[in-house]
Amino acid sequence: MSTDRVITAEHLSKRFGSFTAVDAISFDVYRGEIFGFLGANGAGKTTAMRMLSGLSMPTSGKASVAGFDVYKENEKIKQNIGYMSQKFSLYEDLTVKENIRFYAGIYGKSNQFIKEKTAVVLDRLHLTAEGDKLVKSLPLGWKQKLAFSVAIFHEPKIVFLDEPTGGVDPVTRREFWNMIYQAANAGITIFVTTHYMDEAEYCNRVSIMVDGRIDALDTPQQLKKTYGVATMDDVFLKLARKAVRSAD
Amino acid sequence: MRTLKFLLQKEFRQIFRDPSILRIIFIMPVIQLIVLPWAADYEIKNIKLAVIDHDRSDYSRSLTNKITASGYFILTDYTSSFEKTLGEIEHDKADIILEIPASFEKNLVKENESKLFMAVNAINGVKAGLGSSYLRSIIQDYNQEVRTEWIQFPRFSPETNIEVTNSNWFNPSMNYKVFMVPGILVLLLTMVGANLTAINIVKEKEIGTIEQINVTPVKKFHFILGKLIPFWMLGLLVFTIGFGIAWIVYGIYPAGSFLTIYLFAAVYLLAVLGLGLLISTYANNQQQAMLISFFLMMIFVLMGGLYTSIDSMPGWAQAITKANPVSYFIEVIRMVVLKGSGLADIKYQLLTVLGFAVLLNGWAVVNYHKRS
Repeated sequence: MSTDRVITAEHLSKRFGSFTAVDAISFDVYRGEIFGFLGANGAGKTTAMRMLSGLSMPTSGKASVAGFDVYKENEKIKQNIGYMSQKFSLYEDLTVKENIRFYAGIYGKSNQFIKEKTAVVLDRLHLTAEGDKLVKSLPLGWKQKLAFSVAIFHEPKIVFLDEPTGGVDPVTRREFWNMIYQAANAGITIFVTTHYMDEAEYCNRVSIMVDGRIDALDTPQQLKKTYGVATMDDVFLKLARKAVRSAD
Repeated sequence: MRTLKFLLQKEFRQIFRDPSILRIIFIMPVIQLIVLPWAADYEIKNIKLAVIDHDRSDYSRSLTNKITASGYFILTDYTSSFEKTLGEIEHDKADIILEIPASFEKNLVKENESKLFMAVNAINGVKAGLGSSYLRSIIQDYNQEVRTEWIQFPRFSPETNIEVTNSNWFNPSMNYKVFMVPGILVLLLTMVGANLTAINIVKEKEIGTIEQINVTPVKKFHFILGKLIPFWMLGLLVFTIGFGIAWIVYGIYPAGSFLTIYLFAAVYLLAVLGLGLLISTYANNQQQAMLISFFLMMIFVLMGGLYTSIDSMPGWAQAITKANPVSYFIEVIRMVVLKGSGLADIKYQLLTVLGFAVLLNGWAVVNYHKRS
């Protein structure tokens, strides 16, 4: 794994009025790694991710993504990242191909590139026959895999995935993680939030957020050793129990 | 530019795939223009009249006949008891009571004058006002007839008479539809422009796709143009359909040039779309957007000079209408359609609406954040 830092955050905070959603978090993410971002509901994961992807203005602290400053160069960051939100965000009333074409197009990809890569992506997803079907007609698992493919279609340096496998069956979840591995092997840094602790085991490194702060950050093996437990589940429970903030 | 092409392509695909938008575009103008002008007619007809005739003479009967023959009144009662007839007004069976005194004919012949009494149910002010003035003018007319009958030819009438003749310009038959239909067309355009745009953008907020767009390098300016252009074109399409209906159903064809009307409509649409855009930046969901635009619509309609004349509003209300873009277009479209006004005549309104367009769109752009 490289030591080339693609995301750095130093005391990054976000306050909404008197409520501190993200409380001075600091961490680095290295090129090509799968970085798991764990935490209970309401711990501040999504807010942190939104700050890094340029959707939310930090209140204080420093951060850079793909070498660009989150305060001033947020539009440059956007050219270099992919983002898949908790909400499913493809257009249901457009077909599979139209969605791909639209998102690739607004990232400035050429028609030639779009055409060739669409064929490859659809083939990989086994969706070639469904290319002209409306997205709303696809089952959820396929939609999520498609949304991920769209998020990395423009070949970003980093992709942010916010609970990408929520509500998806175990088989599809496994397939989804295979896709994540493929993307990571292709050099894309993966920044992923999840509630599934088996998925946490798949990550290179994991951070656990409690009440807006990062309480632990290490490889899954090291975390289990540190806390003297057998599974990531236990690590998470040990840390998350300390939370005073109620889940939303 | 290429980004804009992708945005437009997506928008048009979605519009033409959405049956509800297509229904709004084609059915709304048809219903509004075919039904509303008939209801929005100021001419008061079918006024229920009760006559109390204490005289029962030739003169009182011929007066009653003359009134009912005018076509504006329906004789609901013909009695000689005031109490009973007053009950009719209380039960809404009569709008106006005309009381003819017992000595009506006698006085008229002997003393050359006689009195009549009129009682009006004034709950509906418009009906009461117009009804009583119709009745008054019919009685006046009757008065003239009686006088002419009595004048012996070589002699001059001792009183001088001023007779007023009038001619109605620009709408010779005082046809309300010619007046209402263009106004309704403006409303149609306003609704399509503001509502559809606002709801369309807020819908993207609701389903979360706007966030997905915000995380791409798409410029705010491109995104907004990508929304405005399709609805601008849609608005002009609805306007054209509306004019087609006005022509086919009511035979309304502008006295002025279409070019003037479309130029104004094009600029006006920019203002209205800007309003829709602005609403969408404040509303978080479709209900909010609907409520805001419904509220604004009510004000626009009632303070836009469509139904009531702006000139008869109090000063402060007239000041409010100055901030209502609808009032300018209603004024202009009536000027162009009925009077044949040209570009030079509507310059002031055109520039004002252009100002609205710049203001509303500017405000919306400032208020639309890709980052919260």
